[in-house]
Amino acid sequence: MASFKVNGVERTLDVEPEMPLLWALRDELGLTGTKFGCGIASCGACTVHVNGMAVRSCVTPVSTVEGQEITTIEGLAMVAAGANPSAPALTAVQQAWIDHQVPQCGYCQAGMIMAVSALLASNPNPSAADVDSSITNVCRCGSYPRVRKAIRSLTA
Amino acid sequence: MKISRRRFIVSTALVGGGVLIGYAATRPSRHRRANTELAQNGERYVTSFIKINPDNRVTIYVPHSEMGQGVHTSLSMMAADELDANWELVDIEQAPAIDLFANGDLVKGFAKEFGVPSFLEGLIGAAAFKVAEVMNLQITGGSSSVRYTGDVAMRTAGAAAREMLIACAAARWGVSATECTTALSHVQHNASGRSIAYGELAADAALLEPPEAPVLKTPDQWQIMGKAISRNDIPAKVDGTAPYGIDAHSEDMLYAAIQFAPVFGTKLVSVDGSAALARRGVKRVIELEDAVAVVADNYWRAKEALKLVNAVFETSEFDNVSSVDIFAGFDRSLAASAGDTDKEQGDAESAMATAADVIEGNYRVPFLAHAAMEPMNCTVHIQNGKADLWTSTQDALGIKGRVASIAGLPETAVNFHHSYLGGGFGRRLPFNWNVIDHATLIAMEFDVPVKTVLSREDDMQQDYYRPAVSSNFKAAFDGAGNVLAWHNRFTGPIQVPGASHIPYAIENQSIHVVDGPTHVPIAAWRSVDHSQQTFFTESFIDEIAHRAGKNPYQLRMELLQDHPRHRKVLEVAAAAAGYGNDLPEGRALGIAVQESFGSIVAEVAEVSLDANNRAVVHKVTCAIDCGRAINPDTVESQVESGIIFGLTAALYGEISIEKGRVAQNNFPDYEMVRMATSPEIEVHIVESGEALGGLGEPATPPIAAAVTNALYILTGQRVRELPIRKHDFARANSLAKV
Repeated sequence: MASFKVNGVERTLDVEPEMPLLWALRDELGLTGTKFGCGIASCGACTVHVNGMAVRSCVTPVSTVEGQEITTIEGLAMVAAGANPSAPALTAVQQAWIDHQVPQCGYCQAGMIMAVSALLASNPNPSAADVDSSITNVCRCGSYPRVRKAIRSLTA
Repeated sequence: MKISRRRFIVSTALVGGGVLIGYAATRPSRHRRANTELAQNGERYVTSFIKINPDNRVTIYVPHSEMGQGVHTSLSMMAADELDANWELVDIEQAPAIDLFANGDLVKGFAKEFGVPSFLEGLIGAAAFKVAEVMNLQITGGSSSVRYTGDVAMRTAGAAAREMLIACAAARWGVSATECTTALSHVQHNASGRSIAYGELAADAALLEPPEAPVLKTPDQWQIMGKAISRNDIPAKVDGTAPYGIDAHSEDMLYAAIQFAPVFGTKLVSVDGSAALARRGVKRVIELEDAVAVVADNYWRAKEALKLVNAVFETSEFDNVSSVDIFAGFDRSLAASAGDTDKEQGDAESAMATAADVIEGNYRVPFLAHAAMEPMNCTVHIQNGKADLWTSTQDALGIKGRVASIAGLPETAVNFHHSYLGGGFGRRLPFNWNVIDHATLIAMEFDVPVKTVLSREDDMQQDYYRPAVSSNFKAAFDGAGNVLAWHNRFTGPIQVPGASHIPYAIENQSIHVVDGPTHVPIAAWRSVDHSQQTFFTESFIDEIAHRAGKNPYQLRMELLQDHPRHRKVLEVAAAAAGYGNDLPEGRALGIAVQESFGSIVAEVAEVSLDANNRAVVHKVTCAIDCGRAINPDTVESQVESGIIFGLTAALYGEISIEKGRVAQNNFPDYEMVRMATSPEIEVHIVESGEALGGLGEPATPPIAAAVTNALYILTGQRVRELPIRKHDFARANSLAKV
């Protein structure tokens, strides 16, 4: 049995302790916003938050997140809004992604947004070098120039 | 063949005696079929692609896949503008995978530009297709959506609909149609001040025959086209709700993991699946002709169990083939045969024999994988003589036909569920069907949905690759350093005719292609032949410039007197990049230009070496002439994308063959440009007003040569083999530091 909170909701799953969180989210809970990209923590498409920290869920066994708070792209805005009923439907990062038309195919962007959101939460004014060293996600469409612009708009 | 904007069935003769049958957007029978098949609740279809609702909302059906190129928005802009629709009232929908929405205009466009493309020729011979069904495709590829489907079908449909709405309003008011105008989804009669919403006219308009030759707007009349309009697919891509093929999900779904024969073309001999079957959640171990699959109730369980399967595959003559052998074979072929003529002009051989000087350069590039971010996958649910199908594809109709033929079902029994594509780049085009075939065969064993997903390793090792090519060049000069002849022999096959041709005014040219068969499956890869050929030709023209003692930009300009569009993009890119100005210490600029898919692109790369002597690309300045920009923001993002895709290949990309199989496993050994290695990119759009050019691919070809041409200036080393990371620039860097 594995128990953890996903987007504010307590979940208990009858799965093996070594099952990666990615497949528990996708195949057991049907939360398909978190994407499978490489399976070896290289590309970042599967990035979720565990207690607010960016984690690559494809190599994170469910046993290591027992009792923790998981946030996925589906719950990002809701978790950020907390108890505030008038909070916008999207976070500032998500809105910046629309304003700068960042995604192309979009497949990597859930992971990209989760990674950037965690970075800005811990370091609201990252330098260009901070961004380069923290955001190592792969985007095959090459949205990097726009990711950079969107981050700059959030930190300026 | 004359391409007409009129509505009727069009046909194109095929090489080999076949025929392509297509349609313009507003063929009457289709118009009527649209009404019976799709109209519900008082909705009326005015043409095949456009639906006008009584509430005055307009729905535009886009018959192309959205894989990040913004085509749903761009094509809708084209239809909506000609319709004079209010953009706020426009809904965009993916056209369903039924033959009503086959995008035959694309095929027509291809046929006009290139003759019939090779990937369609194959269809004639494919058992699953009859000749008459060749048009039964819904392809997204060839950077063609906007310039063909959009510029022909969508604009014509919009213009026809507008004329029909005017006719209805004029009849209702008893005035002449010429007195009526349109704006913001209304017909207006200015003399009487009357105005009526399109929605109120839709029912009447649906009864009219579409006009023979609707008049399209001139660019100065555009209201929507030419503006940077936000893409409609982006909101769902930032909140996690955008569906991709891999996201198909149901409670009773099963999941398949596959182990393929590692050497291409070999078959499965035997399987011991007992250990896998003992694992939790495992339902079946399925033997396929060239693979074994484990099906379980969770993908991870299937994948873990697959590791316990003991599968034996047959041995083959390719078991000891390596990339070294393949390139040695290319060299032998190039030495043994002059091959087939690709282009002959003047007498290059004689010019070579009498020249004052001849230079040579032998180039090669490796196989490349597509490595779309969404690993290849396909979900099939076969039950009661029907199939439901979910997969990210660049050809929904073709995939539907493929699954139907494998499952032994009529095509009408297959229900295709559209989704966004997590990247395509050619991998998801027709014939690259291994995953589709396997997924269908696996799903036939169950009556619940089965989702087959390739691991990243298998996605990389069971791809259809960008071909490896070797290309040998010679150039002849007179005593004054003028270039007299261009001599090129490269290994084929040719996938896009003309990619090896140069725009430069060199009097004598001899370009031949030599067969270079390998056992490695190949396919179109973003920009197809242009990705290899532009690296070769734009490098060798640089070699010619340096040998002639000329600035590479200046030499190109001199040899492009008859190509003003090439000159213009070179001029714009060079000026914006500060070409010829002083650069920071240790940096150099390289330049390259290429026309592909109807667009002409010049790129200037600013490059240095880091402390470890690795190439660093700081900035790429690009000028593109795509005729006109329908959505300038999408043009920019496609150019950024094309450059980074090409840069990844130039710096890192290599699929190598060892023991007959692909050596690379995952991203660490098939590295990608990431944030830290991604250059600043500046895009300049040159609006020449010429025919619309493609955008998905044309920015990819020039970047490799732009970077290696800069590296030559920086280091004196000519990079004739990609990827760049294999070259040692240590000596040059120590010189540069002195």
